[in-house]
Amino acid sequence: MNNLAIELDGVCKSYRFFELENIALQLPRGTIMGLIGPNGAGKSTTIRILMALVHQDRGEVRVLGHRMPDEQVAAKWDVGFASDDMRLYDSMTLGWHMNFMKSIYNSWDAAYAQLLLKRFGLRAEQKIKGLSHGQRVKATLLLVFARRPKLLVLDEPTTGLDPVARHEILRELTDVMADDDRAVLFSSQNTQDVEQISDRITFIDRGHIIDSMDKETYLDRWRRLRLEVPTGVAIPALPGVIGIRRSGHLAVATANAFTPDLPSAYENSGARVHAVENMTLEEIFVANVERSREEVEAWEAM
Amino acid sequence: MYLQIMEQIKERIAVGDWAAGQPIPSIRQLAVDAGVSVITVKRAYLELERGGVIVTHQGKGSFVASDPRVGKRIREQELAEHLEQAVRSAALLGLSSKDLEKRIRASYDRVADAEKESV
Repeated sequence: MNNLAIELDGVCKSYRFFELENIALQLPRGTIMGLIGPNGAGKSTTIRILMALVHQDRGEVRVLGHRMPDEQVAAKWDVGFASDDMRLYDSMTLGWHMNFMKSIYNSWDAAYAQLLLKRFGLRAEQKIKGLSHGQRVKATLLLVFARRPKLLVLDEPTTGLDPVARHEILRELTDVMADDDRAVLFSSQNTQDVEQISDRITFIDRGHIIDSMDKETYLDRWRRLRLEVPTGVAIPALPGVIGIRRSGHLAVATANAFTPDLPSAYENSGARVHAVENMTLEEIFVANVERSREEVEAWEAM
Repeated sequence: MYLQIMEQIKERIAVGDWAAGQPIPSIRQLAVDAGVSVITVKRAYLELERGGVIVTHQGKGSFVASDPRVGKRIREQELAEHLEQAVRSAALLGLSSKDLEKRIRASYDRVADAEKESV
């Protein structure tokens, strides 16, 4: 059996004002991948191609070993997909929806569904139209989780939720990973969520994948160096450093390919290194997007 | 993130909840318990192994190091890190080691006084 839950290779999709270019992505079973990127970067398009809701112009897409979109029917039995635009029947209860899913999917786990009801603070006899936004999101996820799919694909599962609801959902997602045969792909605007629960991070901007790798390696490559630069000393341009912001005698260097000899390289140039700091995914996100914007501007100005 | 997990594990060992030589949860289990990713826990275990705090036996899982002083060693390491940080800060101020000793003495007295008052 294929070890990859998701495999994209050379995937392209053109719209009038947006292009997804040469997307390559691999998600091994037993891992959670967080998909991040600014608004309009191509996260949802990528997810929709995976789910065969949109068909790629070119490229290979495999989900649990099935070629998409051709074999989507076979793939979808084992894939749980949730996004913001999923509609439940307003006039029906959550319990009705649960029975409906149970009648379709053999894999439905009624005991787990009951447990999720309790953990999410939901009641089966509630009608959908009476639910708050957060309750609706949790109800949708309950209906997907209780099928125990091999692959969960979640488009912005925590957007618009209060901290408690977010926490409940992250908890369930990490619980899923107790089974090392299952995999999760989720997109999020919340870098903290992604940093906490992802094994792999994929960073998309303007229809391109900027980075896709294991989270610890990714975070480890980035550092912020706080420097004191005496008068008359010029800060050298060093490899692995993508930006320097200077203010008076202080400077902050941002490295995206940090090596342990970088601080001494600055020291040798006459600057003093006050601190070498790890960066949060949020800070990396901003630095990365700013850099890619600057590169595009520089290129366009040529 | 892995640093936080390392801290939590070291704390458990330092207070004796996880005793020397005892088995500790598998990487996947701890990830589920802590609600963080497997890779984060993997990294924390790797660093703790490197620091001699835990040992991993292929196929048997991970254990707290069998050294009965492992808890104390963790506290010693913490102190060493704080002191090194103090030395670096002192260097930025151009203080000599004698000056730093005096400062430490003064801090010691201040903390002792504060504790006397709170009793």
